Amino acid sequence: MEPGEIHALLGENGAGKSTLMNVLYGLYQPDEGEILVDGKPLKLKGSSDAIGAGIGMVHQHFMLVPVFTVAENIMLGAEQTRGGIAGFLDRRRARREVTEVSERYNLRVDPDAVIENLPVGIQQRVEIVKALTRDVDLLILDEPTAVLTPQETEELLTVMRSLKAAGKSIVFITHKLGEVKAIADRITVIRRGRTVGTASPEASRDELAALMVGRNVRLTVDKAPATPGEPVLEVTGLVVDDDRQIRAVDGVDLTVRAGEVLGVAGVQGNGQTELIEAIMGLRPVLAGTVSLAGERIDGWKPKKVLRAGVGYVPEDRSVDGLVKEFSVAENLVLDIYDRPPFGAGLALKPDAIAASAKERIEQFDVRTPSADAAVGTLSGGNQQKVIVARELSRPLKLFIAAQPTRGVDVGSIEFIHSQIVHERDIGTAVMVVSSELDEVIGLADRIAVMYRGRIIGIVGPDTPREEIGLLMAGISPDATAEPGAADGTVTDGGPASADGPANEDRA
Amino acid sequence: MSTMAVPDIAVAPVDEGFWTRGRKVGLTLLGLGLLAAVLFGALATDQQARFTLSDDAAGAALEINGTIGAILFGVITIAAGAALLAGVPKRWFLAVLGVGLVGFVLSFLCWQVSAAPTGQNFMPLVNIIRGTFILALPLIFGALAGVLCERSGVVNVAIEGQLLMGAFSGALFGSISGSVWVGLVAAALGGALISLLLAVFAIRYLVDQVVMGIVLNLLAVGVTGFLYERLMQTDAAKYNSAPRFSNWEIPLLKDIPVLGPALFRGNIFLYLGLLLVLVIHIGLFRTRWGLRTRSVGEHPTAADTLGVKVLRVRYRNVLLAGVVAGIGGASYTLALYSFTKNMIGGKGFIALAALIFGRWNPTGALLAALFFGFADQLATYLGAISSSIPSQFLAMLPYLATILAVAGLVGRVRAPAADGKPYIKG
Repeated sequence: MEPGEIHALLGENGAGKSTLMNVLYGLYQPDEGEILVDGKPLKLKGSSDAIGAGIGMVHQHFMLVPVFTVAENIMLGAEQTRGGIAGFLDRRRARREVTEVSERYNLRVDPDAVIENLPVGIQQRVEIVKALTRDVDLLILDEPTAVLTPQETEELLTVMRSLKAAGKSIVFITHKLGEVKAIADRITVIRRGRTVGTASPEASRDELAALMVGRNVRLTVDKAPATPGEPVLEVTGLVVDDDRQIRAVDGVDLTVRAGEVLGVAGVQGNGQTELIEAIMGLRPVLAGTVSLAGERIDGWKPKKVLRAGVGYVPEDRSVDGLVKEFSVAENLVLDIYDRPPFGAGLALKPDAIAASAKERIEQFDVRTPSADAAVGTLSGGNQQKVIVARELSRPLKLFIAAQPTRGVDVGSIEFIHSQIVHERDIGTAVMVVSSELDEVIGLADRIAVMYRGRIIGIVGPDTPREEIGLLMAGISPDATAEPGAADGTVTDGGPASADGPANEDRA
Repeated sequence: MSTMAVPDIAVAPVDEGFWTRGRKVGLTLLGLGLLAAVLFGALATDQQARFTLSDDAAGAALEINGTIGAILFGVITIAAGAALLAGVPKRWFLAVLGVGLVGFVLSFLCWQVSAAPTGQNFMPLVNIIRGTFILALPLIFGALAGVLCERSGVVNVAIEGQLLMGAFSGALFGSISGSVWVGLVAAALGGALISLLLAVFAIRYLVDQVVMGIVLNLLAVGVTGFLYERLMQTDAAKYNSAPRFSNWEIPLLKDIPVLGPALFRGNIFLYLGLLLVLVIHIGLFRTRWGLRTRSVGEHPTAADTLGVKVLRVRYRNVLLAGVVAGIGGASYTLALYSFTKNMIGGKGFIALAALIFGRWNPTGALLAALFFGFADQLATYLGAISSSIPSQFLAMLPYLATILAVAGLVGRVRAPAADGKPYIKG
């Protein structure tokens, strides 16, 4: 890092950007390697060391106490006090300091406003002021635009420019190409925890996209050509909001036929999660229809959807897919524990559950010490196999797998992929959502690319990955003159991608 | 995790429609007022209800005809209810609510006092006020212990155990040394001992804090009960006859009519308790210690990123809580009674209720404790004038009030956001 430089760290979700910066801010300890400041190695035991070394960070999730005022948040940890040992807070001085800093950098904040009443953009401003009052030379902004509206993003970029003019260095972490090109002096691209290249902001968007997504050897999946049959899942005009009542899916139409795999690609946080949850009945459908084999299923309860012949591998297995404390056998019957042969009346039938568990553990190659082991003790890959085994053990019309191989070892990936293809071959309609482009390309017979809540294009699996990468960045081949691409200003980062950071954090 | 995330959209004021909280409370008050005016008015007798300004029947008194008083005060409650129903400015809400509730209580007292057997139809206010404060005293100390603990994010269900251990060690070491001061220090350390166990298990070993608190209460009952039987009962003169603090009369304040004789002519624990409320209130909201404490209780990750040592703050506060509760326990054994088995008898749990009713705020906790103390004192008084109201009904009052408080009747009750959640770095 040079003084007065804006250095962008570019990479997909889960590439390791945030982890790297948390190490730099002293929150995580490095396993190996060292950090050099002015040529000297720096050992950071905690965030106070980092602050002392002149490093400030604006976290993806703001580190502000919601019930405190702006001034209280800013003085916390560096309080000015009077009265000696009693340590009375010098609020007047804190207020003055806030006003001073915010005027110097043109970051207007009201020192007496309570954080929880402020809009997100202002909260972020408070975070920046907080760092500046601590006299930092290096400011780390972790996905600062993820939660901002385009207008707020524009304001933030202006602020960053004025900070740069004041001689502060900034590390700007993002996965949005437009912003990077608009502001960065130097770009480092990170993929899967490694630096894969540096670029100047003059590099074209496709160059950057290619670096970011990678040109890995395709994961080969052996499969015969698909023989698509009748449409099974039909989605028309679907509109869904995310948890914060922000439009996440904005008019999606898609069809999945029996015996084909539809892959949904896209940078995470572009509405994929909400799309699937709406299909499963986990999230209210605001407009549009979802039909399964000709029958309307929107508005159904998830249980009814599952019983209608839909298999579902949720995106986050530890939260939504398994009950970690339950045994493998119990997890294998979570969907049908109340149906014969596993349950009758009020009672479970342990023998039937055990017998079926044994069978499925063998069939799906689940490596577990026993069927009674708590599922949380298994490796990620084997946990995922338990889910896949459970979902594929019912007769299905439609199988939806979200991030089916996230955090799964290579052996298990192959096995799970072959199971998905097998399911397709026996005539089930399959939908695979993955942020791993290689996985989508390997599995899918058709690829739908989602961008900001819409399907921006549906392409065949033989489409060059660069083209798909461009689609993922919001550039459709027939509309390269899209304003954001043309003039280099920021158009990404709208509300539709706002869900991204939350998911990344979990991953 | 979800609670850590900053709420992204400013909370829009919920449109409650016509039935705002104020109106609902107003309607409730209206109902209570009607009940008071009609029922209490009908049951009251034409005898005078006398509220004497002394310890006994003698001296100056406020007097009112029982029936008239019951109806009059009932009507005041009705008026307050009607005012809330019609809609009053927000800043008047609490005042009007207070007037309404006081009217209801006075109406009730007019009935009870006037209907008491002849010769007993008076209420000695000095007695009642003194009793209210004395009964509230362990609740004040207990609730303050709760405030200290929970504001830093550790749930303190072990208040009962801290009070009991304080009472016990105060009595034991006070007796052995023959010094009240040694007893007081021992009491503080006794409370801190329970706190230390709570802190280590809750903060270091991440044991569920509520479960841990309950276990510690049982432990305190067991240990003190055992030592009481094996030690104190065998030689009470040596082990259970602690000296008592002598009365301290406060100049000037003791001459205030009614309040002077009721509050400022004796109990030093009362002075200490009131002082602690003030100190902790100022400390919590005006000092660096308070700011850090509250930040750790609300958003420990944020505090950590700013270099606040989250665990250290929690340890310190939990231990302080034990000291405060321990002194509260000593207010029994170094001022009023000798130690008996399980002598706290659930007051620690009512203190917990006072903490919640007082919205995790030292001053609020004081008011809640006084309210509960008053209910307790009233039950004693009603027993003395052989009232028709079973005293158990009044004993229920603290819990009923807490349920109403938690249900949101007196405004939103919000615990510190990280209360009860262990902090794990990274």
